[in-house]
Amino acid sequence: MVRPPLPHSLTARVLSAVMLILVLGGVLVGLSIWANGRLAARQAYDRLLLGAASDIAESVRIQDGRPIVDLPVSAFELLAQAPDDRIYYAVRGPDGRFITGLDPDTVIAPPQPVSQAAQYFAADLNGEPARFVRLPRLFAERDFSGEVEVVVGQTLLARRAMTAGLMLDALLPMAVAGALLLIMSWFVTRSALRPLEAMSDDLIRRDPYDLTPVASDGLPRELQVMIAAMNRFMGRLDRQVLSMRNLIADTAHQLRTPVAAIRVQAEIAQADPDSPAGRRALDRLLNRTRSLGTLLDQLLSRAMVIHRIDSAPRLPVDLREVALEALEQSDHEVIAPGVEVHLKIGEDPVWVRGDAFSLGEATKNLLGNALRHGKAPVSIGASLDGGRAVLWVRDSGPGPETSVSARLGDRFNRNAGSGEDSSGLGLSIVKSTAEAFDGTVEMTRTDDGFRVSLSFPAATEGTGK
Amino acid sequence: MIRFLIPLALCLLMPATRTAAQEAVTEFGTGPAPLLVRSTTDIGIIRPVMEQFATQNPDLTITYEQWGSNALFQHSKTACKTGDSPADAVLSSAVQQMVWLVNAACAHRYSSALTQALPPARRWRDELWGITTEPAVIVYNKDRLDDLEVPRSRFALLDAMRTRPDLLRGRVATYDIAASGLGFLFAYGDSLEATTFGSLIEGFTRIDAVATCCSAEIIRDVARGRFLIAYNVLGSYVANAQDPAVGVILPEDYTLVLSRAFMIPRNAGNSAGGQRLLDFLLSPTAQDLLARSGLVARMDAAETGLAPSARRFIPLSPALLVASDPNRRAELFNLWNDAFDVETAR
Repeated sequence: MVRPPLPHSLTARVLSAVMLILVLGGVLVGLSIWANGRLAARQAYDRLLLGAASDIAESVRIQDGRPIVDLPVSAFELLAQAPDDRIYYAVRGPDGRFITGLDPDTVIAPPQPVSQAAQYFAADLNGEPARFVRLPRLFAERDFSGEVEVVVGQTLLARRAMTAGLMLDALLPMAVAGALLLIMSWFVTRSALRPLEAMSDDLIRRDPYDLTPVASDGLPRELQVMIAAMNRFMGRLDRQVLSMRNLIADTAHQLRTPVAAIRVQAEIAQADPDSPAGRRALDRLLNRTRSLGTLLDQLLSRAMVIHRIDSAPRLPVDLREVALEALEQSDHEVIAPGVEVHLKIGEDPVWVRGDAFSLGEATKNLLGNALRHGKAPVSIGASLDGGRAVLWVRDSGPGPETSVSARLGDRFNRNAGSGEDSSGLGLSIVKSTAEAFDGTVEMTRTDDGFRVSLSFPAATEGTGK
Repeated sequence: MIRFLIPLALCLLMPATRTAAQEAVTEFGTGPAPLLVRSTTDIGIIRPVMEQFATQNPDLTITYEQWGSNALFQHSKTACKTGDSPADAVLSSAVQQMVWLVNAACAHRYSSALTQALPPARRWRDELWGITTEPAVIVYNKDRLDDLEVPRSRFALLDAMRTRPDLLRGRVATYDIAASGLGFLFAYGDSLEATTFGSLIEGFTRIDAVATCCSAEIIRDVARGRFLIAYNVLGSYVANAQDPAVGVILPEDYTLVLSRAFMIPRNAGNSAGGQRLLDFLLSPTAQDLLARSGLVARMDAAETGLAPSARRFIPLSPALLVASDPNRRAELFNLWNDAFDVETAR
């Protein structure tokens, strides 16, 4: 089977998210490293500038009332720590009078001085960006008094080189770490998603008509949940398909005989309507059709019950109401005229979680069986017995033969004694209902009769939601 | 020494400032592209190198102008600021002036395998390169001074000036630092050795030493016996003169070693030609030719007998800017003028 192209690979999504995080983080860290590197370079070279300016300021002396600069080579050796950078220096007296400097024609004007402290500023030096320091020195001599201002500057090549070097030193390990993280996250993602891939491969290879549960062994919890839900769904589908198939088969099977019998009786009646045989045939025809109606009811009710067991929500049901309703709806006057039915229910509700319709159908069938095959008096009741909610039907007869009760609930449990108006479907409905709501069917023989009970785990009303 | 007279036509065509400052002009090659080289190096010394370059680059017509270092500096400064008649290449022995020009953003940046191979002391900002290797030496007249009397270090020279003032009076010469940028550079280099320098100046004062111009004239006068000793003469010129009467000493206390600086002006018309010339000058062929002209001296210990600590290479570094500082220059000039009878030759 050709694997169809998948719209979005989960691996690709996870990896691209990881990459995005790494890149964003890298950019942020890179920016911070750059800022740090710039600051470090600025501070380092600003100190050199200040050192040189201080050296020069120190070398200013007053001779014959005029400031003279005995320019120290050491100042320039300091500045030459940035070997490729251009230098500017100027020493000016009061009123900006030029004392000495690189070039009297190149004037770098410092911003308005704020204090007597060293003051850094940026300006262009011969068309190249540069950083300067202005350092004033005050003189109060007999023949000279005032401020001598030293301005020293330097272009930014060494600062930039240092920033770049610091950045590279920090970024290289980071880039390597980022690449390693990416590779690692690829492996991690792959191994985390491998069960998913295996599962999707499994599903793709699966026969679309195969509704058996998917194996969930060794899958992670998240997938187990999904598989379980899927298996539940497929199981329901499977059961419904099966019950539909059964319904059709049952219906065909169950209807064939009565319909054939009806046809025979109808033919007899038609052949000679006025003869006693014909009249008897008509009577039988009536009986047959009545029992066919019951059969159809049961078939449909069973199909309905089985359908509802799978699909109807579990709601709290009071078994007393179920018993009452079954008693009221039961046409026991028709089935067994003259038989009295006693209702035995208490004051307290008997809650179970289940489907009222299915429970009602099951109860109706139990009651019908008791009326049909048991002996009067018949009683029906619901009660709590320990942790169990019990709905029971009781008659005074001996109950069915052991062989019959052993095959309880089989679909075509129609024995010789069932007669032509019984299909054996009733107990099948009872059994299915009991199993659907975690209950059991119990048959008890006592000295004074036979009791069939449906027993479920009791529920409280509050859990009904 | 051969002097080339400036052709009259050239003289008329050129601006007055240039004719006034440059000493000699010669042309190499006849190619269509002009290449203007301004240099402080005597044409006679560098001629074989330039001829070889012209042979290898037939598309160039090389105009080689010989300038005095100070005039060349002033002119280059002006050319840098105004863009007026810039050279395509400048080669000067007054390297402090070249450092000043590079610091003032007057140079063109260039980098090649050959320039990258230079040691850091001979390369600055990829805008200034040291081409030659020339020691500052003491020369003496072999006929008048016998080997025992020859001062082999500055201390010996100091002793000689102290003990035999009569013999040396008026017969010790050195560069006039006001006229020669190179002379100033050497004096500045010496001034960094504070104690020795002070004694030297004092000694020169005592014997009425002569400050004069130009390597060639000094060497000639030593050979003729007018001067017995000349201090801080560029060794390359001595080697080139090849006068048997002239002896050479590399001072044993320390010997300054100069590397002529090559620069391509920022606004050069033919900077590509300047780059070709630079790469040629640094090539083994040219270095070999320069060595034969004495411009590339072998400075290893086996050759010179100098201890490694006595070799003071003048590095191309921003620290040389101190040498151009007006205050500092003024002070050095004061000291100098007090000591010397400045003889303005010619």
